Amino acid sequence: MIRLEQVSKVYKTSTRPALENVSVEIDKGEFVFLIGPSGSGKSTFLRLLLREEVPSKGRVYVANFDVARMARRRVPRLRQSIGCVFQDFRLLANKTVAENVAFALEVIGKPRHTIKKVVPEVLELVGLEGKAERMPHELSGGEQQRVAIARAFVNRPLMLLADEPTGNLDPDTSQDIMLLLERINRTGTTVLMATHDHSIVDSMRRRVVELDLGRVLRDDARGVYGVGR
Amino acid sequence: MRASFVFSEVVTGLRRNITMTIAMIITTAISLFLLGGGLLVVRMIDNTQELYQDKVEVSVYLTNDVSANDKGCTADPCKGLRSSLESDPAVEEVVFENRDQAFERFKRIFEAQPELVKLARPEALPASFRVKLVNPDRPEVITQVYGGKAGIDTITDQSEFLDRFFNALNGVRNGTFFIAGIMAIAALLLISNTVQLSAFTRKTEVGIMRLVGATRWYTQLPFLLEAVVTGVVGALVAIGMLVMGKVAFADDVLADPIQAGVVKSVDASDIALVSPILLLIAVVISAITGYVTLRLYVRT
Ligand SMILES: Nc1ncnc2c1ncn2[C@@H]1O[C@H](COP(=O)(O)OP(=O)(O)OP(=O)(O)O)[C@@H](O)[C@H]1O
Ligand SMILES: [Mg+2]
Repeated sequence: MIRLEQVSKVYKTSTRPALENVSVEIDKGEFVFLIGPSGSGKSTFLRLLLREEVPSKGRVYVANFDVARMARRRVPRLRQSIGCVFQDFRLLANKTVAENVAFALEVIGKPRHTIKKVVPEVLELVGLEGKAERMPHELSGGEQQRVAIARAFVNRPLMLLADEPTGNLDPDTSQDIMLLLERINRTGTTVLMATHDHSIVDSMRRRVVELDLGRVLRDDARGVYGVGR
Repeated sequence: MRASFVFSEVVTGLRRNITMTIAMIITTAISLFLLGGGLLVVRMIDNTQELYQDKVEVSVYLTNDVSANDKGCTADPCKGLRSSLESDPAVEEVVFENRDQAFERFKRIFEAQPELVKLARPEALPASFRVKLVNPDRPEVITQVYGGKAGIDTITDQSEFLDRFFNALNGVRNGTFFIAGIMAIAALLLISNTVQLSAFTRKTEVGIMRLVGATRWYTQLPFLLEAVVTGVVGALVAIGMLVMGKVAFADDVLADPIQAGVVKSVDASDIALVSPILLLIAVVISAITGYVTLRLYVRT
């Protein structure tokens, strides 16, 4: 599903590589935490999968895509098979909850009757039925993140990438979001989540890939956050 | 491609930058109006030239003596001049016009200005030969051969007047084209600016579009269409201004010379001919400007 082979990434403006000789393989349906201190390369890892960046060295495979080498015009196809969630939600402030979710389908040309059908379904899945007509500023942070997850999942992607999705949320709300991500994972969707949150990682006991200064420090099948510290 | 979605994006985009949109429409309209005006002048030159094509003639004015005494051109030098003109291979047709006929024609031409006609006397008008040439482009042959002969006062050929007339029209045309060009540069910069502004205000939207896998068409088409729509609206305004300019200005100012058959007016068909050109130019230029701006300034 996801495979990085000896991937290095050096940004043009920095001397230290953001990722150095990283090899990781993630299977379909896995739930993986990507952890490490600030600046260790977690966001860079995710950006490489989306082809927001290209690696300086090595190969990146996502589903059947040879991400680093594929033609630019095929990148939309890759991204349509990946859902993305961020710390800052990235909702459109002038659209309602339902419109925000529908937007993701409209811009990839899905027919209107499909949109009408699947948007309420996914809003129910994330627990936002009845709030479809609210504007983003009328929602709590946790609810906004649910909208973002709904938008990421509405096209039924093969995998969901989450870059610190609980970074702006309190512990209880974070727990709810994690339950939602687990539910999505149970539908067979691969989930890869970058996080700083010790308690979440420790309580979930899932696979943990730890980065430090761009290198893979460890890769535990059922890890916790703070081993060896 | 979901047309309704792209359309609503375009409308929102134009409304969001309404002041820029209006500025863009105004500059585009003025530039295209001037261009269209220049093209209409070109049409007018063509029409008028056609009008004169078979009318270019040389007037050989006779002396006062001949004009006063030889109404029928029956005696020399008038008779001799006529026969040598008639046998000249460069001449197609010669018409003798005596003083009374000249006065009649004068009255006809200036019937709109009766006070002018009242002032005029037949005695002030000379008799003349109106000479039509085989080759209207070379009126100087008559001057060369007949200039200074007995009984001839002056020889004028209309080509000098026409040259000056057309030079003036050409000047007007070049002037409008020049200003149209400068306005076009302003319009281009504005379009480019608006596309950048629009892309900036829609940064989040475009970011999300890219992230969920929208193709370049979906992310860029709204911007391109915004530019094209304002271009088209600008062109329509320009066409409206041309029609109004024709009705309210050209027809009025040029009414007398048009009636006298001196110049050919521009009519609705000329504007109909120029309008699609203006529309096409507006669409092509705004689309290219929008596209180039997106490629140069907007990362997608
Ligand atoms: N666009 C960029 N240009 C140059 N350097 C960058 C860029 N993005 C990231 N970096 C650098 O690459 C390194 C890794 O950054 P990255 O954002 O991947 O870290 P991170 O693990 O996500 O950190 P955080 O936990 O703070 O989000 C850092 O040293 C950062 O300064
Ligand atoms: Mg990060």
